[in-house]
Amino acid sequence: MYEHDVVVVGAGGAGLRAAIAAQEEGADVAIVSKLHPVRSHTGAAEGGINAALRDADSWEDHAYDTMKGSDYLGDAPAVEALCKESPEEVIQLEHWGMPFSREEDGRVSQRPFGGLSFPRTTYAGAETGHQMLHTMYEQVVKRGITVYDEWHVMDLVVTDEDDPADRTCHGVVAYDIQRGEVDGFRASGGVILATGGMGQVFDHTTNAVANTGDGVAMAYRAGVPMEDMEFIQFHPTTLPSTGVLISEGVRGEGGILYNENGERFMFEHGYANNDGELASRDVVSRAELTEVNEGRGIEDEYVHLDMRHLGEERILDRLENILHLAEDFEGADGLTEPMPVKPGQHYAMGGIETNEHGETAIAGLYAAGECACVSVHGGNRLGGNALPELIVFGKRAGHHAAGKEMGEAEIPTGKRGEWEPAEYEFEVDVGAVGDRGPAAADGGAVAADAEGLMEAEIERARERVEDLLTRKGRNHAEIRSAVQETMTANVNVFREEEGLKQSLSDLREAREAYTEVAVSDPSRTFNTDLIHTMETRNVLDIAEALAMGALARREFRGAHWRKERQERDDENWLKHTLVSWNDGEPELWYKPAILEGEAKTYEPKVRSY
Amino acid sequence: MSTQIPKQTEKADETAAETETDAPSKGDERRAEKRRRADERRRQRETEEAERAAADENTVELRVFRYDPDVEGKQEPRFDTFHVPFTKGMTVLDALMYARDSYDSSLTFRHSCRQAVCGSDAMFVNGGQKLACKTQIDELEEPIRVEPLPHAEVTKDLVVDMEHFYDQMEAVEPYFQTNEYPDGELEEQRQTRENREKIKMSTRCIWCSACMSSCNIAAGDNEYLGPAAINKAYRFAMDEREGEDVKQKRLEIIEQEHGVWRCQTQFSCTEVCPKDIPLTEHIQELKREAVKNNLKFW
Repeated sequence: MYEHDVVVVGAGGAGLRAAIAAQEEGADVAIVSKLHPVRSHTGAAEGGINAALRDADSWEDHAYDTMKGSDYLGDAPAVEALCKESPEEVIQLEHWGMPFSREEDGRVSQRPFGGLSFPRTTYAGAETGHQMLHTMYEQVVKRGITVYDEWHVMDLVVTDEDDPADRTCHGVVAYDIQRGEVDGFRASGGVILATGGMGQVFDHTTNAVANTGDGVAMAYRAGVPMEDMEFIQFHPTTLPSTGVLISEGVRGEGGILYNENGERFMFEHGYANNDGELASRDVVSRAELTEVNEGRGIEDEYVHLDMRHLGEERILDRLENILHLAEDFEGADGLTEPMPVKPGQHYAMGGIETNEHGETAIAGLYAAGECACVSVHGGNRLGGNALPELIVFGKRAGHHAAGKEMGEAEIPTGKRGEWEPAEYEFEVDVGAVGDRGPAAADGGAVAADAEGLMEAEIERARERVEDLLTRKGRNHAEIRSAVQETMTANVNVFREEEGLKQSLSDLREAREAYTEVAVSDPSRTFNTDLIHTMETRNVLDIAEALAMGALARREFRGAHWRKERQERDDENWLKHTLVSWNDGEPELWYKPAILEGEAKTYEPKVRSY
Repeated sequence: MSTQIPKQTEKADETAAETETDAPSKGDERRAEKRRRADERRRQRETEEAERAAADENTVELRVFRYDPDVEGKQEPRFDTFHVPFTKGMTVLDALMYARDSYDSSLTFRHSCRQAVCGSDAMFVNGGQKLACKTQIDELEEPIRVEPLPHAEVTKDLVVDMEHFYDQMEAVEPYFQTNEYPDGELEEQRQTRENREKIKMSTRCIWCSACMSSCNIAAGDNEYLGPAAINKAYRFAMDEREGEDVKQKRLEIIEQEHGVWRCQTQFSCTEVCPKDIPLTEHIQELKREAVKNNLKFW
């Protein structure tokens, strides 16, 4: 067994920042990740980092834009923390040597992004995430922080009191991919989950193959609710054949969207008469799909994104990476022709419920980054707000886990604050299937002390691996595809009652199929079959909670559109969706959004661009 | 190649049977049984695929290196043949994923982002170091031969041990260092556009290690820093924000016995770099900087 003060799971932007922060507070910190840090998907982020750096701008304006963008489902204390601390975090990155794009006077450049009232998006070409990830990994190397790379964390080690609010997290159990052994990581200060996105729940996604939402599913099974899972961002400009992302930076620099008739539809068809292509992402994605559905798409599938008029010099200076991506993955030359684009799953606004210090409902368990829901993005995330979230809340979680005094949080976790049960009755079963097999409920093991608990959980994980390797059964890949197909068909940009119900019944079938899953590769060395099989369990848990939240929420807010009620319903739905695993019997409940900020209340307004 | 495989498998089966007489545990038995079934399935699959390929021209033939120190029948390296239905725009990674998910789930390779930024899937494709995710199938001659990166220890199938590469990357103090920051609160350091442009290409490295694998010098001298690590040193040595005294230290690091002077300017690293980093030029420039610097102290 390994022992550290703080154990960070995941080594992307949030995980690296959390580890650095915890170490700065004097903690012995270790990072455990199924990938080597530089392989993390933060590296694929392109556009930039929003930060109110200049005199003409202010954190208050950034907060207002973010609340509006969230369709008033962001929690003001979290949004204000993000906007206040982003500038110092950006400057910190610059002081660590990050190669930002520059102005003539040598200062960091900023560009316009969708939904922003000021050009406040700092960037490094169209490869901002890559530069940020490598800059922070350099700091991890400099500080000699221990990294256990290619270790897949299987589960959290959490006590099993009836009420999740009484439970404590003592560490994690993980599988060493190279050597095929299970071991435990004891964390006396805290475990910080920073496992990133969950795009593999869908089949057309900008996310990596590794983005299976492991941390979200683990925390969920341990008793932490998933929050606002139905809010999934579909990015309006992804390449049709692969889902590779074409940065919003293209539109920020002046790129234009056209339909098959050559119409600039964002204006000509009235989707966003003021901001056009730079309206919020959910608005642009729906506009594109409406064009396609009404017969004005190209090859009935996509629209065109044209940046030729920006000129070669500007494109090469600020968007060069886009030329490579369009060429390598779609065979399009962005300098001489428009690029085909369509909406693709891009980002999960929801995730592990946390407060603004990164704490979850379970003591000793933290989350930060895309896997967490603080919530700063509410119903819809603005472009350029994901990267600052990683560094601001990664740092906060790292500090808190290392014991820094940060005062009382304003956002309640679990059922500690005001809450209400859902009235929705699901027609199909959800949750655990029977009481056998790897899909059975994962309660904590019973043991007298933390040491004993760790041992028991390690043993249980070893048995699970042994069982998966030796049993007969079906391959996980077909189950995962079935999940991705139904989610993409039924829980996409446009959602309606019947489709959502269909998805839940398909997911039930997939869950039942998963009880028969087996790994055919018997190897103890680099068994990716085993890893993918365990990931598929996580994909299943997340897909189900997502579909449940989407079916119950009968309104149109942010990225969540419902055919049955195509308008925002603040009367009934100005509240967060929560789903608790409840030891295998998922429970849906709600808590109010917090609109009261430090100095002002963000009154919901009509969101037009 | 594929016709030889059944023979090898039979031999492996015998070995497995012999091992079992030596007091096998229940788990061992089940695993051995599983292996036997897997081998049978593989034989059957290859026959079926070959038949399908004969009937339908629109498939692509891959010959993939297989090795697993842990599994009987794979301990001797071999090549397996896969016939994968071709779709427009298909990359080598797409074909490998198809083969794994449809035919043989034990086929092992690293991959994550699918868009040439995570650097996980560098491999040896038709005799050249390539990122599988950005290598189009229709630009390759068939059958496509897919092997792990040369000059690295093979862990399993297409997965190589990256530890040595990481050690070299971390040997050049690969982090920004400066002795002076601007005074004001929230003040960034200034950097000219020209200087940012100068280091831009060097910062694109995704640590895929294709360059290291292609380098003859690195193959013969295990301590040679290699093109990627020297490029990392270049990225900092040329960054005007670091200052002169730090640059002195950087030049000492790259001038060490196994540093820049080992490079024989063969350009193999530059040729294989999937991010088009002019690695050889960067190494040459550091040599010139080192010479200039040494003259200064004479």
